[in-house]
Amino acid sequence: MAPGIQLLAMVVTRKVEFSASHTCRVPEFTEEENVRMFGAEASRNGHGHNYVLEVSVEGEPDRVTGMVIDLKRLKDILEEQIVYPMDHRYLNAEVEPFDRVVPTSENLARVIWKRLAPLLNTEQTSLARLRLFETPDFYVEISDSRRI
Amino acid sequence: MISITKSYSFSASHRLHSPLLSDQENAAVFGKCNNPHGHGHNYVLSATVRGEVDERTGLIVPVSVLDRLVHEKVLQLFAHRNINVDVPQFRNLVPTTENVAVVIAAVLQEHWGEYLGSYEARLARVHIQETDRNGVEVLLPAVSEAGRALKESELVHA
Repeated sequence: MAPGIQLLAMVVTRKVEFSASHTCRVPEFTEEENVRMFGAEASRNGHGHNYVLEVSVEGEPDRVTGMVIDLKRLKDILEEQIVYPMDHRYLNAEVEPFDRVVPTSENLARVIWKRLAPLLNTEQTSLARLRLFETPDFYVEISDSRRI
Repeated sequence: MISITKSYSFSASHRLHSPLLSDQENAAVFGKCNNPHGHGHNYVLSATVRGEVDERTGLIVPVSVLDRLVHEKVLQLFAHRNINVDVPQFRNLVPTTENVAVVIAAVLQEHWGEYLGSYEARLARVHIQETDRNGVEVLLPAVSEAGRALKESELVHA
């Protein structure tokens, strides 16, 4: 067993990457309105990003294994729920619900949170934080699902 | 809670020197950052905006508007400047990374309404990376919670 110190929380983070294309446009908007709202993200024929997703899980390390969560299990969940369905896809056409919801990073992060939360919120663990990098200098963070 | 964070880089020079300290004390406190002719850094500013996601657009705020605010009010002020000489807020303020972060937060809050006033969003955090090895993070209260915004007069003057 680990030395008996008081912990406020323990959080483990796993990172995965996926590459996908998208375009951000509201169908009812004019071309000008879309460009004003989304800038280059509104490109007519779509464009791609190397998304980087950091998922943080909070919990107490298991007394026997010393792990908050089996990282292999976390990796499998991320692969199944996020990477496999989204990697090398055109989000607007191939990934639910982006045929009707604009695939901004905010919405993509919200969809990812909703896919992961039921699997990671267990008696032992909870989904504590998610960071989705669209580019190295732009990311969305969700740390509490109550107001997303 | 959901937020977006955008990073911007700018290069600027500064010298850490307090008029309240003797030359000897300045050298002792600030070390090589006290060198008389100053020196420069490639700073990275990261601004975090927290708010409601608009259900129609999927955005907290249009990033292009945040970009414009940062470019016009912060980068214009700091990029390729000598912070001690060229940035008025530092006339009587030591340009430590801490103070650079607070001044940038104050500038962004001061002009927030002009650019982003129509969105349910606020500046939640300013992070300044001075080098790859050191950074300062300022967490900001919601103005309504704090009852006031940061004002220049409230900064700690050296």
